[in-house]
Amino acid sequence: MKREPFFWVTISCGVIIMAFILLPLIEMMRAPSVSMLGQTIKDKDVLRSIWLSIYTAGSAALISFVFGTPLAYLLARTHFKGKQLIESIVDLPIVIPHPVVGIAILSVAGRNHWVGQLMAELGLRVMGSVTGIITVLTFVGMPFYINSVKEGIEGISPRLENVSRSLGASMFSTFFRITFPLAWRSMLAGIIMCAARAVSEFGAVVIVAYHPMIAPVMIYERFEAYGLKYSQPVAVWLVALCLTLFLILRLIALPRKAQV
Amino acid sequence: MIKIKDLNIHLGEFNLHDINLSIEKNQFFVLMGPTGAGKTVLLEAIAGLVSVKSGRIFIEDRDVTMLPPEKRGVSIVYQDYALFPHLNVERNVTYGAVFHKIDKDQAAKRLDWLASQLNLSHLLRRHPITLSGGELQRVALARALMVDPKVILLDEPLSALDPTFREEVRHLLKKIHDSSDVTFLMVTHDFAEALSLATQAAIMDNGTIEQVGNIQDIFLRPCSSLVADFVGMKNIFSATFKGTKALAGNLEFEIARKPTNSHGYIAIRPEDIVISKERLASSMRNSFRGVVTGMFDQGFSYEVHINVGDITFKSLITKGSLFELGIHEGVEVFLSFKATAVHNF
Repeated sequence: MKREPFFWVTISCGVIIMAFILLPLIEMMRAPSVSMLGQTIKDKDVLRSIWLSIYTAGSAALISFVFGTPLAYLLARTHFKGKQLIESIVDLPIVIPHPVVGIAILSVAGRNHWVGQLMAELGLRVMGSVTGIITVLTFVGMPFYINSVKEGIEGISPRLENVSRSLGASMFSTFFRITFPLAWRSMLAGIIMCAARAVSEFGAVVIVAYHPMIAPVMIYERFEAYGLKYSQPVAVWLVALCLTLFLILRLIALPRKAQV
Repeated sequence: MIKIKDLNIHLGEFNLHDINLSIEKNQFFVLMGPTGAGKTVLLEAIAGLVSVKSGRIFIEDRDVTMLPPEKRGVSIVYQDYALFPHLNVERNVTYGAVFHKIDKDQAAKRLDWLASQLNLSHLLRRHPITLSGGELQRVALARALMVDPKVILLDEPLSALDPTFREEVRHLLKKIHDSSDVTFLMVTHDFAEALSLATQAAIMDNGTIEQVGNIQDIFLRPCSSLVADFVGMKNIFSATFKGTKALAGNLEFEIARKPTNSHGYIAIRPEDIVISKERLASSMRNSFRGVVTGMFDQGFSYEVHINVGDITFKSLITKGSLFELGIHEGVEVFLSFKATAVHNF
């Protein structure tokens, strides 16, 4: 059968996009020599920054899980006036330019604001601290978690919950026995999305906490101070570690054939 | 048993207005009505799954209007079964036991009993995704009965099943109802189904109850054209039964099954009656000669009234066949229908 021109347009665009995404990444991964990679990973500063990146992104995902799940449930199950407004607010961090996020958070966490004063009294410091980094990463990552889980819960028939309640289960029991076991994959997917977004954040973090240094900040610093060659190995390690972690989580989140 | 007083519900697209209903203990009560009439909403209101705007709901003289679903002693069975996909059949059925403080031994005993009653014993380890429609509905029933509810709400439990399973589940419903003291409230839009199972019924339309009462009264004396339309069977005659024959007026009908009662009614759907100019040489065991007394345009078809002796039959035929047969008032025709088309009750 003769393919139509339209078919060839779709194929060529696909190839161009694949190359556009993969070529820079592959070139970057290939650039540093094995010995340089070895040297870099022995550098304590590098290790610490990559660990800090993973740790703070993971914390942001965990916070999103704890606080975002109930909201995602509410948005998936109820209809109320102003729901769209709430949904837009949830999406807001996605559309705000990253440095603006940093500045916005600082204007609340500073000494001139009552929230900042309250936090200072509690001994919490945002500026230049791990707390600050986690705050920023949660801010930018939360929407991805909530949206993913909301979609997951919407896919579960509310009738299952209805039946569970009519059989005597409270709302809490129903959530933990029915909704959670059926939605955990979407929660894990949300955690992956949220953590992936958080790990890549640079613009907002650099304003709130240049130090302690997360990996993207360190890569930027090395690039600024010493150039491309010196920043590449750190980038390669960050990408490699994150990809491995996400791949593992993805595999867990894949639906197994035998079940459900 | 169940009493509903001036119930109003506003859910946006579905609203219920001034519902008043009273259902006796251990009754098999049927709610009927066209799609969108609000039948499911009413069930969910009784189960406590939708919020009530005004009015009261009582179950066993207890005001449950403000009680959460888990405190009402009401089980619900949905048309799409709503089995928990992540649990196997056994864990689906026993799901409610822990919340009703049924201990393990007791739960196991009850599971055994339900499994034998509903023929589930060989399915206990299976997951819902591997079951057929009839099996799914049996599991859903067992799960609802496990917790020994006061009321069981059935939302069109038969309509998603294919005919063989439908017959089987209908049989089961009757058996379970007869052998327990549970009150059954079932939504259906199939009148024949309602007739075979229930004694009392309510017809709903547009969020209100159009008619409540004995199901045969509704059948024979619909209070509005909507109910009459809904009931569908227009040929209803009082009859006496003798073996597989029914006598109505001076006519003798062949019926498919021997009725248990000696007096009752027979009913034939208009679309089941075939009109012809000559006597048909077919397997249809009921055949009469009559005179056309009226023809009524119904859009795609005509309703033709035919007098046979002192009985008037109503038959539905397409406009095409009406002209082909050259039917007009006063003309003599034959009408035929199968023995299985004669419903008796």
